[in-house]
Amino acid sequence: MNETTVIKNEELTAEEKYQELGNFIRENREKRGYLIPVLYKAQSLFGYLPKEVQKFIADEMNISVSEVFGVVTFYSYFKTQPVGRHTITVCMGTACYVRGAKKILEALEDKLGIKIGETTEDLRFTLGEQRCFGSCGMAPVIMIDQDVHGRLTASKLDAILEKYK
Amino acid sequence: MKATEIKDKKTEIPMVQVTINDQKVMIEPGSTILDAANKAGIKIPTLCAMSEINHYPGSCRMCVVEVKGHPCLVASCVYPVNEGMVIYTHSDRVVNARRAVLELLLTTHPLDCMTCEKNGECDLQDLAYEFGIKESGFGRKERNLPIDNSNPFILRDLNKCILCRRCVEICNEIQQSRAIGFGFRGTKTEVIAGLGHKLGHETKMTIGSKDNPDYSNCVSCGQCVAVCPVGALTDKAAEGKGRVWEFQKVHTTCNYCGCGCGFDLNIKDGKVVKVTSNSDSIVNGINLCVKGRFGNDYIHKEDRLKTPLIRKNGKLEPASWDEALTLISNRFQEIKKESGSDSLAALSSAKCTNEENFLLMKFARAVFGTNNVDHCARLCHSATVAGLAQSFGSGAMTNSIKEIANAPVIYLTGSNTTENHPIIALEIKKAVTKNGAKLIVADPREIELVKYATLWLRHRPGTDVALFNGLMNVIIMEGLEDKEFIKERTEDYEKLREVVLKYTPEIVAKITGVPAEDIRKAARIYASAESASLIYSMGITQHSTGTDNVMSTANLAMLTGNVGKENAGVNPLRGQSNVQGACDMGALPNVYSGYQAVTDPQAREKFSKAWGVELPDKIGLTVVEILNAAYDGKIRGIFVMAENPAMSDPDLAHAREALKRVDFLVVSDIFLTETAEVADVVLPGVTFAEKDGTITNTERRVQRFHKAIEPLGEAKPEWQIICELAQKMGYQMSYNSPAEIMEEIASLTPIYGGILYPRLGKEGLQWPCPNMEHPGTRFLHKDKFSRGKGKFIPIEFKEAVELPDEEYPLILTTGRVLYHFHTGTVTRRSKGLNEIYKEALVEISPQDAQELNITDGEIIEVASRRGKVRAKAKVTEKSDEGVVFMSFHFHEAAANLLTIAALDPISKIPEYKVCAVKVKKIS
Repeated sequence: MNETTVIKNEELTAEEKYQELGNFIRENREKRGYLIPVLYKAQSLFGYLPKEVQKFIADEMNISVSEVFGVVTFYSYFKTQPVGRHTITVCMGTACYVRGAKKILEALEDKLGIKIGETTEDLRFTLGEQRCFGSCGMAPVIMIDQDVHGRLTASKLDAILEKYK
Repeated sequence: MKATEIKDKKTEIPMVQVTINDQKVMIEPGSTILDAANKAGIKIPTLCAMSEINHYPGSCRMCVVEVKGHPCLVASCVYPVNEGMVIYTHSDRVVNARRAVLELLLTTHPLDCMTCEKNGECDLQDLAYEFGIKESGFGRKERNLPIDNSNPFILRDLNKCILCRRCVEICNEIQQSRAIGFGFRGTKTEVIAGLGHKLGHETKMTIGSKDNPDYSNCVSCGQCVAVCPVGALTDKAAEGKGRVWEFQKVHTTCNYCGCGCGFDLNIKDGKVVKVTSNSDSIVNGINLCVKGRFGNDYIHKEDRLKTPLIRKNGKLEPASWDEALTLISNRFQEIKKESGSDSLAALSSAKCTNEENFLLMKFARAVFGTNNVDHCARLCHSATVAGLAQSFGSGAMTNSIKEIANAPVIYLTGSNTTENHPIIALEIKKAVTKNGAKLIVADPREIELVKYATLWLRHRPGTDVALFNGLMNVIIMEGLEDKEFIKERTEDYEKLREVVLKYTPEIVAKITGVPAEDIRKAARIYASAESASLIYSMGITQHSTGTDNVMSTANLAMLTGNVGKENAGVNPLRGQSNVQGACDMGALPNVYSGYQAVTDPQAREKFSKAWGVELPDKIGLTVVEILNAAYDGKIRGIFVMAENPAMSDPDLAHAREALKRVDFLVVSDIFLTETAEVADVVLPGVTFAEKDGTITNTERRVQRFHKAIEPLGEAKPEWQIICELAQKMGYQMSYNSPAEIMEEIASLTPIYGGILYPRLGKEGLQWPCPNMEHPGTRFLHKDKFSRGKGKFIPIEFKEAVELPDEEYPLILTTGRVLYHFHTGTVTRRSKGLNEIYKEALVEISPQDAQELNITDGEIIEVASRRGKVRAKAKVTEKSDEGVVFMSFHFHEAAANLLTIAALDPISKIPEYKVCAVKVKKIS
């Protein structure tokens, strides 16, 4: 599963995003323990949580940046790096592994020029790994966003990636 | 059960009996197992607990014990005792569990004790030694984290961190900087700083800070270093300079601000290597600020004065003590013969000891024969001394620092406490965040404590009297005054009432700019508190209406019955370490020690008899008046002891010219200050580390300086210099030690009557302490004011002397910053302090900056009718529209070239807080 729900806000300017986030914080300022919903909102607006956004949240909420950063880094849901439009997740479960998942991963790293956890410069793909999607019969498998692609070989990858712009 | 019948002698609460390692222990219910073990003298190891701040999180698992009948081991630092509990603190099961914890910690902890700074005082090392663990049975896993070197004072090696959380706790809950916290999770958990891994230092007041989110908001207090049990956090400047067992620790008192914190100087080979906390310190416990902990490297700075200097052919050249003292003696005597005693003057020092201040005022009066003696208290709190003396009968902080945390309401005005009295600010923060106090801040600047305030009254600089009258108007109109207190304890209430009733909130809102509704709210909060502490500092005193402002604070406190009781009072925070003491010692032109007036024939006779000379009865000149008289040629000789009027006085161009015109100027100091540069003779004095003595902090607590190192070069303590000079001038003045001087002080000064060295111990004594049996006084005016009844003094609002106009449209207000002290003589010689705050900044509001087309960091010119300076602009919301702020630490951009020498008519304090300036773009 793609664990980051990226809500596209390309129609909003950065200024509008900050404005919306600021409003959200002000509306909920009085509530205790509201940092996580604020971070969730921020990530849905910006796609990830860059330092500037974390600093903005800390200032607006009158809390320290270290408190914000502590929560952001605790939950794997929150991303501090930009996430691509599409997330590729390579299964590294036992079945996939013995059927060559490592080679698939290496091929992807090679083609995209990024390592696990990274995003391509054109923000097209983010590469990740997981242990078993429950599709062992189709091993080795990868997921791109919500789609499962099975019985892979490195040579099939180009055609699959082509479908995701 | 029988045991429950045993009651605590004091509280009458039934005690609980437990058995620890077959030993029976009686203890108060609610105590933890750890408490009980401590009581029984059984040592249980801990790693995360901090007894100094009463913090027991129960997370490190080192303190686990076995409780009979309990299925698993429990953390003794949090587990409460029950009647009949049977506990084993060192059973095999317990010891094995502790060993496992240690071995897990040692899988990642570097085993480099031989080069670790913490070697010899590391809790982990001690425990590994005790358990005989050479290496972890779980193998090794290096973390290989980079060492964080980004803070000028603190070295962070997180490879050594055992995640005990002590540093995070003290930073977040005591210091409340929240610079660090826990980040990431599981095995990757680490102490993060700011938005990453670099501690750095706060950058909000440096240029371009918004572009640098890498640094945390660390204020470099070093509290984290003080509590780290291992070598993860260490004092950078002391790296490689010595092991714990090589240091001689000398407990002494900090010589920066008036808080009066205690700490240990760590001495090796006759040098001060570092400062460490000492939990015995009564004022501060283990807390210290950046200057106290890390700002003492000036002591061994290479440009310390080490020999006397005499001006020859226009140049200051080294000379012998005898040559210097002979010259001084001859010249002062000549001037005295030619122009009379009153052509001489002495400036004493709020950085020197009580004994030295006493001797200098004795020297001025008995040897010079003049009352022209004063010191920099004139420039900071003379209005307090004058104002509170009229209202209450004595001018000092009425209550104690420790009471602040317990005050339900705090009214803070004209004090940027976080930066100027950092340890007192911790008490205010504690009051608000831990004890639920309401804080009202009245300040034109958005100081840090505004974040903690229930209400912030942002008044226009110089409108304090109007604001106080407005508050009192609401209190009286709404019947919130303390009628009984007014009737029993005060006089002239009707006069006050008559004046105050004119100041309705609406009228005051127009004068001050504070919304009428906020004035009402503030008045209600303050007046309805069970007790309310009013805290102020130089934002109140440094005005041409300084004494009026101070008397207004007294009016407000008396109106609500907030004087003479615990957790209340009128609390002026004194600036210099010993400014309270310098005043107490009579380094003032109108009083001897203990505020005994020179015009009082009885007092004069007492001192005259003790000192064996006739004493002058005419009140002398104040600091600014002395310089004015020097300018006019009426003062011809000045002895300046460790003061720097060429930086600290208002309208510096005038003051510096006055110093140049003096026929004969002698300065004793530790560095060649701006004042010493123009002196005829300069004498090398010593720092607080090189002498014995006492100083009196802002809460009237007399505490010891303990000599830790020998004077550098040929330098001498000021008390010796004064004695030797007096003798040269033919007056017998000789003491074997400062303790002997204190005996003379006690014999002549009723409020110090019982203050002698053997009684000072760890806690010192708070005056008034009239006799040897007296325990000292925690808060003043308990049943009776010093003057009998408290006096209400009605005060009309007066504008500041120089208001903005078309030509000079902005108000300049001046003050200090956390990282520097006064004229910068010592802090600008401290490496780390200068790294953090290296240049003068002009704080200007975004609105004014926009109008003048000024950007952050741009060099601008600030000009008043008296002078102009250039410095970088800091665009910040901290400044209100129409108000700019400068600190007075930087000689390259001396704020006092701009300030006005308008004096308060009563206390003669200059109006540093308001003058009119214009700001000009240069490029």
